[in-house]
Amino acid sequence: MTKQQANWSPYDNNGGTCVAVAGTDYCVIAADTRMSSGYNILTRDYSKIIQLADKSVLASSGFQADVRALQKVLAAKHLQYQHQHNKQMSCPAMAQLLSNTLYYKRFFPYYAFNVLGGLDHEGKGCVFTYDAVGSYERVGYSSQGSGSTLITPFLDNQLKSPSPLLLPARDAVTPLSESEAIDLVKTCFASATERDIYTGDKLEILVLNASGIRREYMELRKD
Amino acid sequence: MFRNQYDTDVTTWSPAGRLFQVEYAMEAVKQGSAAIGLRSKNHVVLACVNKSSSELSSHQKKIFKVDDHIGVAISGLTADGRVLSRHMRNECINYFYSYESQLPVGRLVVQLADKAQVCTQRSWKRPYGVGLLVGGLDESGAHLYYNCPSGNYFEYQAFAIGSRSQAAKTYLERRFENFMASSRENLIKDALFALRETLQGEKLTSSSCTIAVVGVGEAFHVLDQETVQALINEFEIAGEEAPADDAAAPDQAGDSESGATAADQATPFDPDVAPMDM
Repeated sequence: MTKQQANWSPYDNNGGTCVAVAGTDYCVIAADTRMSSGYNILTRDYSKIIQLADKSVLASSGFQADVRALQKVLAAKHLQYQHQHNKQMSCPAMAQLLSNTLYYKRFFPYYAFNVLGGLDHEGKGCVFTYDAVGSYERVGYSSQGSGSTLITPFLDNQLKSPSPLLLPARDAVTPLSESEAIDLVKTCFASATERDIYTGDKLEILVLNASGIRREYMELRKD
Repeated sequence: MFRNQYDTDVTTWSPAGRLFQVEYAMEAVKQGSAAIGLRSKNHVVLACVNKSSSELSSHQKKIFKVDDHIGVAISGLTADGRVLSRHMRNECINYFYSYESQLPVGRLVVQLADKAQVCTQRSWKRPYGVGLLVGGLDESGAHLYYNCPSGNYFEYQAFAIGSRSQAAKTYLERRFENFMASSRENLIKDALFALRETLQGEKLTSSSCTIAVVGVGEAFHVLDQETVQALINEFEIAGEEAPADDAAAPDQAGDSESGATAADQATPFDPDVAPMDM
């Protein structure tokens, strides 16, 4: 008599990929708009990106129901912050809040793989990358989701400094210009779409800089 | 007065059927500095006098943003007002979290009134010593409510609470019939005039008052000092006249003596009638 295995899971993976790249005075946050379940496509037009504050944008792949719940909790917390402090949360503050919110559910996690992008106190681009339970790090660029295994090595090749011992010491931000960074991100997704079945349909790009926020779309392969 | 026997705690009735602790709480509202609210079809304006305890200190905050579509002006124990504002903010945030839509103003004031009522029926609590003018917008239009410590609430076209508010009420009673059709600018001007009435001769400057507006397409916000000073200068330069009526209606208030849509009595305080029974 074999042991009966669990046949119901509270989680599902809706696929998709998110990328963020930080620059000296901008931040690019991008995600595809395909939402899938198993081998089925649920929709080709679902946004994984949300602007939480003036200078903080969150992109999350994984289980979109959990992602949506997480977004709502963060938005409510941000509103409380604004009432208390009379100002918007900074991106580093939001980064810590996201980490705490994720760890709060350490024993029934949000199945969300997050990339938080924005501008820090000095106006420089910042990207924070997370695991499902809130471990986070500030980086110059990051990718999460089903296509991340394809994109991260490519970004490392293009953006990573060859050695941490190299002088002069390099910043956590990339030396690219805003338009170069956007092109790089588009290239990443075009390539990931070729080989990852869960990535495709359309690419949504948000660019955050001193003059505000801008949104761009690019078509991706639909197969 | 002669009511000392039955006023020790809020759970004791007087033989005349009054709860004196609640009435005393309403006295606290009357001692606070004036707060005024007016509404038109699409806007609500809240205004208050900035009173500071001494020349050295700053004035207390009496107008609070509760949500994009609701704001509140308080009079009385400002600490109680601050706590209630925080409660109202959380109610709005929780409602939006559950329903992804804005909490209707009428619902919020009922919840607030129920909260105040609890404090009139527990021996270990005391009533909140603050009156709240809640102004907000929802699908059914612009609304102004007054919540008092007794747990009652009333909807108004215009109202004033706090010390010397009767002067403002008299002004508002003369002009309230035009408010529904009033433009945003005239509504703010009327608020400033009403506020000036409560100052009884003191100069009205942007540092002695705070004005806040909420309207269709306009989130609740406090007007900055320059804007307010500019408005004050405008009508003081133009003379002491109140702004021209939009509908050119005469000053007579007609059959209604009050500026309220509820049965708020403008007659002097009747010592034999409990105020919360109105």
